[in-house]
Amino acid sequence: MRKEKALIFELGRSGRKGYSLPPCDVPVKELDELIPHKMKRQLSLDLPELSEVEVIRHYTELSTRNFGVDTGFYPLGSCTMKYNPKINEETAALPGFTRLHPCQPESTVQGALELLYNTEQLLKEVTGMDRVTLQPAAGAHGELTGLMVIQAYHRTRGDHKRNKVLIPLSAHGTNPATVSMAGYEVIQVPSDARGLVDLEALRAAVDETTAALMLTNPSTLGLFEEDILEIAEIIHQAGGLLYYDGANLNAIMGYTRPGDMGFDVVHLNIHKTFSTPHGGGGPGSGPVGVKDRLASYLPVPVVEHYGGRFVLNYDLPDSIGKIHSFYGNFGVVVKAYTYLRMMGAEGLKQVSADAVLNANYLMNLLKKTFNLPYDRICKHEFVLSARPEKKKGAGAGDIAKALLDKGFHPPTVYFPLIVEEALMIEPTETETKETLDAFAAAMEDIAAAIEEDAGRVAAGPHTTVVGRLDEVRAARNPVLRWRESQDQ
Amino acid sequence: MGGEHYLPLTPDDREKMLEAIGAASVEELFSDIPQKLRLDKLLQLPPPLSEPEAYKHISSLAGKNISLNDMPSFLGGGVYDHFVPAIIKHITGRSEFYTSYTPYQPEISQGVLQAIFEYQTMLCMLTGMDVANASMYDGGTAVAEAAIMGCGATRRSKVLVSRSVSPFYRHVMESYFRSRGLPLEEIPLRDGQTDLAAMEKAIDSDVAAVVLQQPNFFGLVEELTGVSDLVHEHKAVLVAAVDPLSLPLLKAPVEYGVDIAVGEGQGLGVPPTFGGPLLGFIAAREKFIRQMPGRIAGETVDVEGNRAYVLTLQTREQHIRREKAASNICSNEALVALAASVYMAALGPAGMREVAELCLQKSAYAREKITTIKGYDLLFDGSYFKEFPLSVPGDPAKINEELIRHGIIGGLDLSSYYPELDPAMLVAVTENRSREEIDRFVSELEGWK
Amino acid sequence: MMKYKVLESYYYTEKHEWAKSDNGEAVVGLTDYAQDKLGEIVFVELPEVGDDVAAGKSAAVVESVKAVSDLYSPLSGTVTEVNEELLDQPELINKEPYGAGWIFKLEVKDEGEFKNLMEKAAYEEFIIKEEEE
Repeated sequence: MRKEKALIFELGRSGRKGYSLPPCDVPVKELDELIPHKMKRQLSLDLPELSEVEVIRHYTELSTRNFGVDTGFYPLGSCTMKYNPKINEETAALPGFTRLHPCQPESTVQGALELLYNTEQLLKEVTGMDRVTLQPAAGAHGELTGLMVIQAYHRTRGDHKRNKVLIPLSAHGTNPATVSMAGYEVIQVPSDARGLVDLEALRAAVDETTAALMLTNPSTLGLFEEDILEIAEIIHQAGGLLYYDGANLNAIMGYTRPGDMGFDVVHLNIHKTFSTPHGGGGPGSGPVGVKDRLASYLPVPVVEHYGGRFVLNYDLPDSIGKIHSFYGNFGVVVKAYTYLRMMGAEGLKQVSADAVLNANYLMNLLKKTFNLPYDRICKHEFVLSARPEKKKGAGAGDIAKALLDKGFHPPTVYFPLIVEEALMIEPTETETKETLDAFAAAMEDIAAAIEEDAGRVAAGPHTTVVGRLDEVRAARNPVLRWRESQDQ
Repeated sequence: MGGEHYLPLTPDDREKMLEAIGAASVEELFSDIPQKLRLDKLLQLPPPLSEPEAYKHISSLAGKNISLNDMPSFLGGGVYDHFVPAIIKHITGRSEFYTSYTPYQPEISQGVLQAIFEYQTMLCMLTGMDVANASMYDGGTAVAEAAIMGCGATRRSKVLVSRSVSPFYRHVMESYFRSRGLPLEEIPLRDGQTDLAAMEKAIDSDVAAVVLQQPNFFGLVEELTGVSDLVHEHKAVLVAAVDPLSLPLLKAPVEYGVDIAVGEGQGLGVPPTFGGPLLGFIAAREKFIRQMPGRIAGETVDVEGNRAYVLTLQTREQHIRREKAASNICSNEALVALAASVYMAALGPAGMREVAELCLQKSAYAREKITTIKGYDLLFDGSYFKEFPLSVPGDPAKINEELIRHGIIGGLDLSSYYPELDPAMLVAVTENRSREEIDRFVSELEGWK
Repeated sequence: MMKYKVLESYYYTEKHEWAKSDNGEAVVGLTDYAQDKLGEIVFVELPEVGDDVAAGKSAAVVESVKAVSDLYSPLSGTVTEVNEELLDQPELINKEPYGAGWIFKLEVKDEGEFKNLMEKAAYEEFIIKEEEE
C-alpha cells in the first residue's frame, strides 16, 4: 500500500507544453519599449514544464491519495461533513454566475443580486434575524465581522469601556483568536458539571466592560445550553450583546432559532449546515445575521430591492466598512441557495431531526464500550473520552489512526479542550443506519485491539499510502517548499 | 418534503433507532430545548423544489445576468477575464478533493497536502520569496493580514499604505485596522504613483509596515528603486501586492527588497464568479514565518521513511494558540489554490510568459488606439502592464451603459474610488480580448456623444 | 522512586521552571518534569538580551507540535544571555533540561526572591501531588 508520489517539479521535461493560447493578433512592440529594462525580471522562473496529460495524471493520482465525503463516512465533529449534493455544483458552474465580473453595471447582474437577496431572506427566516450579510468568506471571517458590528454598536453609543468578550472554555479556537483580532480581551467562562455554561461564573464575569458573550449552541459537546434565556438576560442586563457561533446550527433547524433565543448577532457556516463542500480547506462562506438595531453597522454593500430592481447599497454611514474585496464567496452562496430551495421548511427540519437521531443512536451504541463524560441527550454530535484507552497505551489520536485502517475518516480528536483525550463525533443526517452500525462495530474492534495489543494500535495506521508521519521533524526543521537541490 | 434523496433514514430505521436509544419520539430528543423556544410552526420558506425545478429556477437567475460570455469586457481592478484552461475544472471537480475537509489526518490527505506544498513552492518561484501559506480569502484580506504580520514582526502598530494600492484592498484594511485600533495612514499619489517623498516624510520608528502595489491599481509599474532601503533603514517591513500574471515579465518582489508579497490570485485559472471565491496569497521571507497566518504544509517522512506532507507550524494557528494566534483564519480557499496550481503547472514558465506578453501587447495596442480619440487621455505617464486609466469625456457610468447597449462591458468607473480623477475609467485588456473586440470598443468610445 | 530528575542546588517554581544561582546571575530553564509533559519541543521563542523580566511573568515561549506554553520567569531581573543553541536544537530542552537545555540567564534584581522558590525536596513533593491529580 505504501507509495511515495513524485512532486510535480520532478515530472515533465524542458520544452513540454500543457496549454493552448492564440497568437498575438495586434502589432507587436519591442518589450523594451513597454517595460524598461530595470523593471524586468532577472530571476529565472523555474515552474515545471508538462504536457496536459501529465498534469491530469499527476493531480488525478493525488486525488486518489485523498479522502472526501464521497469516499466514505466522515464524522468529523463540529465540521458537519454531510453529503454535498451534486446539483449544487451544477448551478454554481453556470456561466451566468461564474463569468460575472464584480464591477459590472447593476443592470447586468440582476440575477446574481436577486440570488443574494433571496438567500438573505431564507437565512433570516432560518435564524430568526432581521438582516444578513453574505460578505464573510468563512466562519472565522463571519466571527470577525460580527465582533466588528458589536464594536461599532458600542462605539456609536459612546460606550468605550467595553473591552472584553466572554467565551466558554469549550469554544472553537477561532472564537478567542477572533476576539484578539478585534482588539478585545478574552475572558474564559467555565462549564459546570453538566457541560453547560456555569451561570454563577458567568454572573461573576459580567460587568460594564463586557462587550459580548460568544456562544455555540448546541455547544461543542453537542449539548443544548438549556439556560440560554437566562444567559441572554445576564448579558443584556449588563449592556453586552450575545453572539451566536453557528457552527452547530445543523442540530436545530426548524426546531428553534438563535434569534428567538436572544442572540443579537449570528454567523453561519454555509459549508457545514447548507451542504456546500469544504474543498480540502475552503472556500467556505460565513454569512452574518443581526437584529434590527445592529443592521446599520453591517458591511457595505447590502443588497436591496427597490421598485422591481436589485441594487447594491453602499450608503450605510455607520457601517463597519468592507471585509472582503467584493461580496464574499458568491459561488458558494449559489450552492447554499440551491440546497435551501430544494429542502424547504419540512426538509430542513427533517435534516436536524435525522442529524440528532443519528448522533444519539451512535452515542448510544458507543457508550457501551467507551467513556461518555456527559451522558445525556445530545444534539448533532457527542464527545467520548479515550482516557481509559490512553492508560492502556493507545489514546484518542491512536484510535483515529486505527479508524483509517477501517476505511473511516476519524472524528475530531483532542477537542473540545474540556474533555481529556476527546473524540468528537458528528455523524450528520446523510448517513445510513448501516454506516453507523459499521462504524460502531469498527470502534468496538479497535477497543478490543487495544486490550489485546495497544502497541500495535499506537503504531498505526497500517494500510494507508503513507504511515504515521514525523510531525516533530516537520516542525523542527520546516521544509515548506521544494527546491531543486533538495533531492539530488 | 424536500431533499428526501439526501436523507437515507427510512421510517422503519428511525423507529428502530429510537427504540435502541430508548426514546419514544424524535421530539423527545429535542426536549432539552426549553418549550418556550421551540417553534410551534414550520419555518416560512418557499415550497421545496425538485432537482429539475431547482435547476430551472437557478438557471433563470443566471440567465438574467449578462456574463463575460455574452459580451467582451474591459473590466479589471483586481479581477480579470483571463483564460481558464479546461483541465482545471476536471481536477477541482474530483470529489476526493472538493468533498474533503482541512487535511487534519495526513495519512489520508496526502493529495491535498502535496497539492498545497506544490502550490506554496510555485508561489515562491513566482515571487522569489522563501515561504507561502495555503491561501487567504482574497487579495484584500491577504493585504490586511500581511500588514498585521508586519505589526507582529516589528512589535509596532502604524502602517503606511499607498493610495495607489487598490481601493478594494484599502477598504478591507481600514475595517481590520479600525477594529483592532491600529493606525493606518495613506501615502498620497504623485502622477499616479506612490509619492515617495511623502512616504519618506511619513516613515518613522513607529511604522511597522509600508504597503505598496506593483503594478499599482492603475496598472502602472511603479518606480520603486531605493524604497526597500528606506523601509528597512527604519526597520519596517515592505509589503507589496503583486499581480502573479505580471511576474513572468516584471521584477520578482525579492528583486526589489520586498519582505512580504501578497495579492489576488484569481488570474491563475479562476473564473471571476462575481468576485468570489477568489484567491488571496501571502508569500514572505523566511524570517516572517512565525507571523504567517493560516495553514502551511511541510515535508516530512513517515515511520518507514517515505516522503510525505503534513500541516506544520500549527502553533501559530487559532486551534492551538487561541487568543494569541497569528490570525483567526481557519477555512481558506484551498480548492481555489488547487486550481491555481493546476494552472501554473499547465502553463509552465513559457505559457505564463506568453499570457503576460499578450496582456502587455494587447493593452498597449488598446491604449494607443483609445488615446488618439479626442476626449480620451491617459491620466499618467509611465509603463503599464495590462490596464490603464483614462480621462473620459463624460460620466463613465453613462458611457458604460451605452457600451452595454452595443454589446461591450466597458472599463471600471473610477469616480467613487478616486473622486479627484473624475471622470475617469480604468481599462483592462487581457489575453482573452481579440483585436476585433478591442477595435470595436475603440470605435464605440469614439462614437460616444 | 522518583520518575523525574530533580537536582540539588536548583530552585523550582510551581509552573515547573528552575533557576540556579551563578555569581549574582541566575540561569533559568524548564524542569525534567516539564519537558516530559510538553513532549518533543520543536521551537523556543527566547527573550532578548536586555529585556526586563518579572518573577511569575511570561519570559519565553516553548512549543511542541500541538501545544504552546509560556515560560514564567522564576525571578525578576534583566536578561543577560539567551541560549541561542535552542534556535537550532530545541530538543536540548528534552535531552538536558538542567544542562545544555538552559533557556536564559538574568541579572537578579533581588536575591531574596530565591526564598519564594522550592528546593529539591519540596518540588519533588509538589510533582508527586500533581501527578496524583
